[in-house]
Amino acid sequence: MALLDVSNLNVCFGLKSGLVKALYDVSFRLERGERIALVGESGAGKSILGFSIVNLISKPGFIESGSIKLDGKELTSLSNRQLRHVRGKRIAMIFQDPMMTLNPVISVGIQMVEAIRSHTPMSKKDAKKIALDRLAQVQIPSPELRFEQYPHELSGGMRQRVIIAVAMILNPDIIIADEPTTALDVTIQAEILELLKHMCEVCNVALILITHDLGVVSRIAERTMVMYAGRIVEEGPTLEIINDPQHPYTQGLLSALPQMALPGQRLNQIEGSMPSLMNHPKGCAFHPRCKYATEKCSNAQPNYIYSGISTVACYMVEDMLEEFSEYRDL
Amino acid sequence: MKYSVKEMSLPISKQRFKHIWNGFLSDKLAVLSLVIFIFYCVVALAAPLIAPFDPYDPQFMDLENSEIPPYWISGDDRFLLGTDAQGRDLLSTILYGTRLSLSIGLLAVIIQAGLGIFIGLTAGYAGGKLDNFFMRCADIQLSFSTMMIAIVFLAIFQTLFGSDYYQQLAMLMLILVIGLAEWPLFARTIRASVLAEKQKEYVDAARIMGIGPMRIMFKHILPNTMSPLLVIFTIQIANAIVAEAALSFLGLGMPVSEPSLGSLISIGFSYVFSGAWWICIIPSATLILLILVMNLLGDWLRDHLNPKIYKD
Amino acid sequence: MLIFLLRRLFQACVVLTVISILSFVIQDSLGDPVRQMVGQSISPVEIEKIREEQGLNDTKFEQYTRYASNVLQGDFGHSYFYKEPALDVILKKLPATFELAFSAIVIIILVSVPCGIYAAIRPKNILAKFLMFSSTIGLSVPIFIVGIFLLYTFSIELQWTPSFGRGDTVLVLGIWETGFLTLDGLSHLILPSLSLAIALLPMFVRLIRSEMLEVLHSEYVKYAWAKGLSPARIYFVHALKNTMLPIITIGGIQVGTLVAYTILTETIFQWPGMGSLFLDAVNRVDSPLISAYLMVVGAIFVISNTLVDLIYGYINPTVRLASHGL
Repeated sequence: MALLDVSNLNVCFGLKSGLVKALYDVSFRLERGERIALVGESGAGKSILGFSIVNLISKPGFIESGSIKLDGKELTSLSNRQLRHVRGKRIAMIFQDPMMTLNPVISVGIQMVEAIRSHTPMSKKDAKKIALDRLAQVQIPSPELRFEQYPHELSGGMRQRVIIAVAMILNPDIIIADEPTTALDVTIQAEILELLKHMCEVCNVALILITHDLGVVSRIAERTMVMYAGRIVEEGPTLEIINDPQHPYTQGLLSALPQMALPGQRLNQIEGSMPSLMNHPKGCAFHPRCKYATEKCSNAQPNYIYSGISTVACYMVEDMLEEFSEYRDL
Repeated sequence: MKYSVKEMSLPISKQRFKHIWNGFLSDKLAVLSLVIFIFYCVVALAAPLIAPFDPYDPQFMDLENSEIPPYWISGDDRFLLGTDAQGRDLLSTILYGTRLSLSIGLLAVIIQAGLGIFIGLTAGYAGGKLDNFFMRCADIQLSFSTMMIAIVFLAIFQTLFGSDYYQQLAMLMLILVIGLAEWPLFARTIRASVLAEKQKEYVDAARIMGIGPMRIMFKHILPNTMSPLLVIFTIQIANAIVAEAALSFLGLGMPVSEPSLGSLISIGFSYVFSGAWWICIIPSATLILLILVMNLLGDWLRDHLNPKIYKD
Repeated sequence: MLIFLLRRLFQACVVLTVISILSFVIQDSLGDPVRQMVGQSISPVEIEKIREEQGLNDTKFEQYTRYASNVLQGDFGHSYFYKEPALDVILKKLPATFELAFSAIVIIILVSVPCGIYAAIRPKNILAKFLMFSSTIGLSVPIFIVGIFLLYTFSIELQWTPSFGRGDTVLVLGIWETGFLTLDGLSHLILPSLSLAIALLPMFVRLIRSEMLEVLHSEYVKYAWAKGLSPARIYFVHALKNTMLPIITIGGIQVGTLVAYTILTETIFQWPGMGSLFLDAVNRVDSPLISAYLMVVGAIFVISNTLVDLIYGYINPTVRLASHGL
């Protein structure tokens, strides 16, 4: 049984002008200790997916249908009170901007201790011991001193380390990290990623890394899911996807990477922009920007098929596979 | 630091105005408030024409008619709302009182707005030390409340001039004191708008074309700050009327011979104990309703003109 | 900290100077002090002699410095009406006003904080909507009408509470007349403190609600939910602490309004405090008393501003006192 099993998840936003769909039939599995990445442009629904797992989508968003199972236990039907014991304890989160994540008027130590004590009854002294241990584990020098300090006295990298320590504090099963390095200086991004990976390996924690940076993905994640306009369009082992992307969108994303361009050449880019939630196109959402698009693409949504490399939702790949098998049958 | 870009508002274009107006018409409470407010304004303007008596005319002060309850109790159809202790028709004094209260409020806010807009534009456009100086003044002025400043200054004037002479000057003094005490609100808003507008390209373009700073401020920047101004204007008139009423109630405002709503309530207060409740209650209700509709209108404008909320 | 205290001291000096100049101007332009002292039946030569003795022929500046040095020693002259040192007269009334304002502040805090939080947490709830609607109405009712209404209903019609005065008081520590310790004193306190509180409540309920709403949408509150903290901890520790910061600042600004409102409340309920004494002084043209009152109010401003800054600095670790405040 998979640790986390998400199937046919649909998320909607109830606006004045009517329901707007943000996630379309999202399904994926996560094994214990596995690290997967969610990749896509901003607005693709990556963060919404991350937040909907612990039902923390900001209002007016809500889970319309689908199931999320943690160790076989359904999460979508839990009350807020029951969910509270999942949040932080079994599924921890790391947010994008460490400057905004920690409460500015509460000391680092108290923000760590409260996380422990709200899930396991424990004396303040014992909780402090655990917190100091964790601070040392995330390589924060002089943890005793940092414990007493307030967030504004810490640098951005230091704060993100604290947040990783908080995430690890109760040995969760899963950590959902929403763009954990985007807001940091380039120089410390690698450090933080390495730390995150290291902590996950040591504690055997599964990681869902949400990012738009394919460079980050290859370093950390074993598996990658590419999202476009609220739907997973391609899913498979990270190395394979990066070496041989199947979906035209993934291809576009990869060729847009600066490393892919030759010196002196213009950077590649995908023409057009992602549709907003309000005007989701019929058929495959990517077809208006896709150079391989046919009439079929604009009429119906393609099903997922296994290409031998990754699982893809694309008619072009489907046609190619068919041709290939016909050829083999001859 | 305090004045972020999100406090800024969009200029009122014709289309947006239409959009807002349609929204306004669909809000029944807002329309009702506006109707009542317009009614107050019309009545105040036409007071000398529609009032059954002239309360300033001593001939109509007849002590024989004093403390007659309203028509529905006394059945006396000469005085619809009854009479006060001096035999004045309450309806007429209230009409004239409303007229006085509204004009004092309006004039005081015009002074506030003029001063505030001028200082705000100057501070925002000039920046630097001048800006610092004005904003520091605004901080200090705001930290002493308007009411306190008004009470202290009116009390000092009254002591200096003697109360007889003061009563002749009361209206002017009230307008000046309330008008001068509240400029920081306008100045800060305008300054924030100017600072945000200043960075936009059209201001640069205007400057490069050789248009002078005064013209840039009044022709280009001011129109873009109309919506916050409108909101403050509405709410400040309500506040000014309340301030005037409170000062008159304390005996520092309009004299008994020329009563505003506040002084009417003040007069009536002495008769509450003797059972002549209407002398106090009816002007109070008039004042509360006026302030309420103005606050509702102000709230509505703030909710619908402020882009912070407009965006959602 | 030292810099902060020095700034405060400087502020106190400025306030003191401004008020002493104001008082001097009042005193100086009010009639002829010699006539007040000796009456009409006296020859011009003798008047001139007295003027010289009293220093009235000196330059205005010399007169002012003499006046200011007296003021510095707490000597505002004798009240014309009470024939006692003006400052003593005022300070004797201070406990009454202080207790009135204190009770009102307690009521405001106890009511506005829970109401504001509730309206922010459950914005769609009927009770929250009712709270917001009544606060709009409350904002539109001037304080003196609130006072009159309470007085009329509870004292005159229902006769539940006394209608004027302070009731029985007890002398504590030999200097402080308190009404808190007698049942009669407390029953007299209810209506005045209630109307003072009601006048400021709507504003605070609305402020706390809107600040709280903003804080609840912040990233760190979302993070607190993701940590699995209890709702109580999130609302009352994480959100409330941040909500209170702007409220404390605005609360500090409202001290002036509170003082002004005590004058109104004391007038309506004939509360024997500084405010009603001040109005009486204005009507009796008792200028030493007016000056003394202004000075006491100035002191209250400086002290309350300092207190507010200290509390703010205590709650907000990012603020350094030295660079904060006026």
